[in-house]
Amino acid sequence: MIAVRPYMKRIFEFWNLTRIMIFLAMLLFLVFPFSSLIIQSFFTPGSRGLTLVNYRDFFTLPYYYTTLQRSLSVALTTMVTTLVIGIPVSYLMTRYNIFGKKVLHVMIIMSLMSPPFIGAYSWIVLFGRAGFITKLFKSVGIITPTIYGRGGIIIIFTLMMFPYIYLYVSGAMSSIDRSLEEAAENLGSPKLRRLLTITLPVVFPSIAAGAIIVFMTALADFGTPMLIGEGYKVLPVLIYEEYMSEMGGNANLASALSVVIVCCSTLVLLAQRWLISKKNYTMTAMRPPVVVELSGFRRCMASLPVFLIAGFAILPQVVVLITSFIKTRGPIFVQGFSLDSYRNILYRLSKPISNTYVYSVISIVFIVIVGMLIAYLIVRKKGKTALALDILVMFPYVIPGSVLGISLLVAFNNPPLLLTGTPMILIVSYVIRKLPFTVRSCSAFLHQMDPVVEEASISLGVSPMRTFWKITVRIMAPGVISGAILSWITCINELSSSIMLYTGKTATIAVAIYTEVVRNSFGTAAALASILSVTTAVSLLIFMKVSHGKVSIV
Amino acid sequence: MSHTVNIRKAVKRYGDFVAVNAVDITIKPGEFFTLLGPSGCGKTTLLRMIAGFNSIDGGEICFDDTVINTIEAHKRDIGMVFQNYAIFPHLNVTENVAYGLKARKVESSSILKRVEKALEQVQIQALATRKPSELSGGQQQRVALARAIVIEPGLLLMDEPLSNLDAKLRVQMRTVIKKLQRKLGITTIYVTHDQEEALAISDRIAVMKDGSIIQIGSPLEIYMKPSDPFVAGFIGTSNFLDATVDTSSSGNALVEKTFRCHLPVKNDFTGEVLVSIRPEHFFFSDTGLKGTIVLSTFLGDFINYEIQLENGRTVELNEYTKDMDDLRANDSEVHLSFLCNKVSIFDAHTKEVLS
Repeated sequence: MIAVRPYMKRIFEFWNLTRIMIFLAMLLFLVFPFSSLIIQSFFTPGSRGLTLVNYRDFFTLPYYYTTLQRSLSVALTTMVTTLVIGIPVSYLMTRYNIFGKKVLHVMIIMSLMSPPFIGAYSWIVLFGRAGFITKLFKSVGIITPTIYGRGGIIIIFTLMMFPYIYLYVSGAMSSIDRSLEEAAENLGSPKLRRLLTITLPVVFPSIAAGAIIVFMTALADFGTPMLIGEGYKVLPVLIYEEYMSEMGGNANLASALSVVIVCCSTLVLLAQRWLISKKNYTMTAMRPPVVVELSGFRRCMASLPVFLIAGFAILPQVVVLITSFIKTRGPIFVQGFSLDSYRNILYRLSKPISNTYVYSVISIVFIVIVGMLIAYLIVRKKGKTALALDILVMFPYVIPGSVLGISLLVAFNNPPLLLTGTPMILIVSYVIRKLPFTVRSCSAFLHQMDPVVEEASISLGVSPMRTFWKITVRIMAPGVISGAILSWITCINELSSSIMLYTGKTATIAVAIYTEVVRNSFGTAAALASILSVTTAVSLLIFMKVSHGKVSIV
Repeated sequence: MSHTVNIRKAVKRYGDFVAVNAVDITIKPGEFFTLLGPSGCGKTTLLRMIAGFNSIDGGEICFDDTVINTIEAHKRDIGMVFQNYAIFPHLNVTENVAYGLKARKVESSSILKRVEKALEQVQIQALATRKPSELSGGQQQRVALARAIVIEPGLLLMDEPLSNLDAKLRVQMRTVIKKLQRKLGITTIYVTHDQEEALAISDRIAVMKDGSIIQIGSPLEIYMKPSDPFVAGFIGTSNFLDATVDTSSSGNALVEKTFRCHLPVKNDFTGEVLVSIRPEHFFFSDTGLKGTIVLSTFLGDFINYEIQLENGRTVELNEYTKDMDDLRANDSEVHLSFLCNKVSIFDAHTKEVLS
């Protein structure tokens, strides 16, 4: 119970009202859909009454349970490969004077922020059965290994997700106080030993945080394995097929599968929390580590691997941009450049483009207002309700987009809450999924802001509610704006829940790219993807300008 | 218009813990009043009750004749200066100082004049257009002071305003605050844990411990006539010696079982007592308590000697540079006496003051 301070009487009414409204909205749009999904997983289309048959089928029929094994194996392998690439890249970037650091940094972030399936699409264009490079090698008699299946998924995931590791670990590595490593050196510890016994253990929580995000993203990702997995079917793809396929699909089974995947990611998240709670070192570097000044050849050698990795990671977007200008005849690329693809999408696919921007803008308005209020409730009004709110808001982290999509469909399929097929349902899913970004960046600013600043305003005769708008919101503004931009970037690129929720009229760019790729209309897909990439890049530059590096991207 | 502040039986509880325990204080208009005590003694809690940021769980607080218990913080007409300055980071110096006047819907031409005057009073006219991030700690505290006085409040509250500044600036700023307060005549309640600061700045001091007030008095009274061994130990440095006052004649005492002298006890008290002696009230003599110099610290105007008595107890003695020629060597044997009429004497059992 929080003591009711006299000056808070009024604001208590305001905040109480806010709290109740937010809770009701959460119940309606998060708890209710997800519980509907769980309930549905205990029914089958034929029978009446509760049954465990869906779960029994899943755990006994190899067709089903192998997808879980594959998903876990892909996620785990990706976690390892991203660590193997991400940690050295972070070390090189933070400790050596490698060439073009800023450009590399932007390249790495750009590759993280790209539409999630562009990687798969570009690799198909380059190395697929009819890919440029496959054909090129074939013409000189070399048969390249296939990129379809498990290997392809892991390569693409690794290049797409190692930036998570990079962002977390390089942040931590540059905030280790120099004295720590100097102390180890002073005690006679050689360089490699220092790295293994001091530096890496100290940044371990950041490594774990990055690894966990990679794991969850890899577990939940739908676009990449759908495009490039072919026979290698993972769980999110199975969920999609069971739910969407017109023949032989089983919505109840899809619900059971969704519950299974959410359980997996929740378990992993809890494990990580537990692991980190035991090893948490907070540190503010008074003197950040020295950047070693290499010269000549050694500097080149240190820069080369980072350039190669960042280059490969950004490659898909370059490929997409180039192919969007290549002439096409039907599904086939022909010699020469033209704007045909762009003309084509303007003529045929302008609706998804406007949908994307309209839905995202509406979502962002909601996200900003609600996110700000939630952050304030969580940080300043500590207590049981704040904790519950914190958990509820962060819950979408463990729900794959496709699962959220299905649960919204299950919940809002009947009057009076018939939202299926409307733009509303897409907006709801965007707000729920992207809210955590804004909540987190707002609360980061609130944590840094001393509450006495608000008290100073109150003591000068300004009521608590006006103090919130005149002082708190102003000070939070950079956090709000940067959080909103991040939410915006992920909204316009959203695929996995949109693909569940869209109908012909409400398709977005991401969905259109997917359907175009499936129709083998690569030119238009590339043009659409380029529009997204450019929007993303511009938004990202604005983000960096606004946040001054104070708000982390992950 | 400066308020009289009446605090009657004020109580603050956190669950079972009583943070402020039935505190009674009357503060006169224009007085500079300090709440002094170690951390956790309830001084800041009491200040925040007066400001309206903590509820009052018992008793009442009045400004003049108005009970303010239920008046909301923003309607109490109080100027407040915080430990961390609490400058609005998105507003420049002028806007910060004008903030309270705007909330009071003061005419804009008048706002400008008053802000200018306030900045002049704290000597930062030159910084009027600076952003808070471009100011040093001392400058920020001056802005906070200007912002609090510009609204001409009936009461000024200051919560450890100098504790984030470095030592030299702290001394400089306390002079600024004291002079300004005298000039404006605003009733001021000042919270600090720094006894030296409290002695330097206050008209009266309330020494607090565990939520209660131990002693209220002028700085001189508190220092010279502590009502309690805790006050004697907390304000300045005190050496505590055991002594027994015997029945033979009034005040005849045996100190530390070795040194006989006369102690000015009242009411013909006999029995065990605790004698509190300031380091400057000790002096070297030919007879008296025997001891060995353990450490001498040269501090410019005086030398602080740490001396171990025969029974192992350590005491401090200050000798003024103007009264001596050379430092005494470590390990040399000395004899100590003290100015009997300057010491404080407490009953060893009840801690009641006997001098």
